[in-house]
Parts: sequence; structure tokens; C-alpha cells
Amino acid sequence: MKKIVAFGRFWWNFVVGDDWLSAAGVAIAIGATAAVAAGGVAAWWVLPVAVLLVLYVSLRRAIAA
Amino acid sequence: MTAGFLVLSAFLASAVEFVEALTIVLASGVARGWRSSLIGVAAATVVLAAIVAALGPALTVIPLSALRLVVGALLLVFGLQWLRKAILRASGFKALHDEHAIFATELEEARTAERLERGGIDWYGFTLSFKGVLLEGLEVAFIVLTFGSTQGSIPLAALGAAAALVLVAGIGIAVRAPLARVPENTMKFAVGVMLTTFGIFWATEGAGGHWPGSDASLLGVLAFVIASSALLVGVLRRRRAILVPA
Repeated sequence: MKKIVAFGRFWWNFVVGDDWLSAAGVAIAIGATAAVAAGGVAAWWVLPVAVLLVLYVSLRRAIAA
Repeated sequence: MTAGFLVLSAFLASAVEFVEALTIVLASGVARGWRSSLIGVAAATVVLAAIVAALGPALTVIPLSALRLVVGALLLVFGLQWLRKAILRASGFKALHDEHAIFATELEEARTAERLERGGIDWYGFTLSFKGVLLEGLEVAFIVLTFGSTQGSIPLAALGAAAALVLVAGIGIAVRAPLARVPENTMKFAVGVMLTTFGIFWATEGAGGHWPGSDASLLGVLAFVIASSALLVGVLRRRRAILVPA
């Protein structure tokens, strides 16, 4: 059991790192892109705007910490 | 155009990781002996090769849109981590990576660690090298596989990584010292920008979006990410100047 937890923790740290909020923001932004695209509207602008926002929030949190 | 980006991204990302791995291997070799350290490097290389050999062909059978969605999301998460740290370093909120200091710390720890020999191998030296090369190499393998499979050319991405390995290992053997003069933060900035750019591009396509101008819009995304990062560095520098007056 401990090995499974350690294995999971390794991959969590490797992929998500120390900022889970950015990973969550990316997931939400991709979901929003898919939703806009599914509605037949141009969706190429969603991710760039969302990434800038996520990066800004992430930097603010890092400085505050 | 994308082929050039692909090779350059793989080269830069790999070079940064190889510089860090070299520091660990050098500390291990100097403090614990070269034999055990180099066996550790060889063992880690075999494990990495096995991971690439197992995952490489598997990735090529996944439908391209699904692959672009997953790879784009992962690259975005990776890219934002690199970019965040690079921006914090460039604006003075985080200390620059100091390979000399890291080398000194690793060296001290390696010298004071207990010696445990099995089969003529010092296990501390072996493990230190093995872990260092495996962990840094895993990131290289991830970038080579994801970039390569999504662009349909794993060999091209591997070429960029191999060039970085030859360069860093060659300089490392020649100088036998940590490569502290490498403009590491600039390289990390470039890698963060490229990972984020490709991440935005592929994740959008994977999610069903279409870029105006198709592949040519990659340049536009690149320009947007560079401009946004530069803007954020400027904002943070001004903020730091207010928080920490000279």
C-alpha cells in the first residue's frame, strides 16, 4: 500500500508539481474551450486568455507565499 | 517551421535537465568514486531507454486529436511551472539556480554519507547518480515522447535531446566542473515559453478548436506567450521595487 501511495505521489509531484491550482485552471480552461467549440463558436482565443489569467494568479500566490 | 521548433524545444529542455544531472553525477563521482557513479548513470540510462521503448510505440497508436488534447494539457501544466519559476527568478522573487552551490551541497552530503559496499559498488554513489539521471532524464523522455508523437516525429525530437546530451556531457568531461556559466534561467524561460506555446496550440486543437491560419498561428501564440511573460516580469519587478526598496 505504501509503495502505491509513494508511486502516486511521485507522479503527482512530477506532473502537477507544487501548484495544483494551475493544473486545475488548465483543466477548466480546456473544458471551456471544448464547450465553446461545441457551441459552434470560434474557440481559439479561450486558452491564451485563460493561460495568462492562470499564470498571473499563480505568480500572485507564489509571491504571497 | 514546427520541425525547427520541435528540435529546438527538445534541445533546450534536455540541455537544462542534463546540466542538472551533470552536477549530481560530478558530485557523486568526486566524493564516492567514478566507478559506482558511472554504473548508476548506465543503469538509469537503461531504465530510461526501456521507458521510451515501451511508451513510444504505444503513443503512436492513440488517435491524434486525443493525443493532442492530453499532451497539450500536460505540456501546458509543465510549461506554466517552468514559466512561473523563470518569471519569479527574472523578477528577483526567487534566487537564481546556482550550480556551484548545489554542487557544494551535494558534495558535502556525499562525503559525509556512510559507505556501504556490495559487489564492489558503493551504493550511495550508485543511488545518487541513478536517481539524479533518472529523475532529470524522465522529464527529457517525457518531452521527447510527447513533442515527437504529437508532431509525428519522435526521431526529430530525440535528435534535439541527443545533441544536448553530447554537448553537455562533452563540456562536462572537458571541464570536470558544474556548468555554472550556462544562462540557465534564460534557457528555462525559453523552454517554459515553448512548452506553453505548444500546450496552448495542441490543447485547443484537441478540444475541438481551430486556429485561424492553421499551423502558421503557432508563431502568433509564441509571440503572445513571450509578450505576456515579459509583461508579467515587468509588473513583478515594479512590485518588488515597491516591496524591497534599494
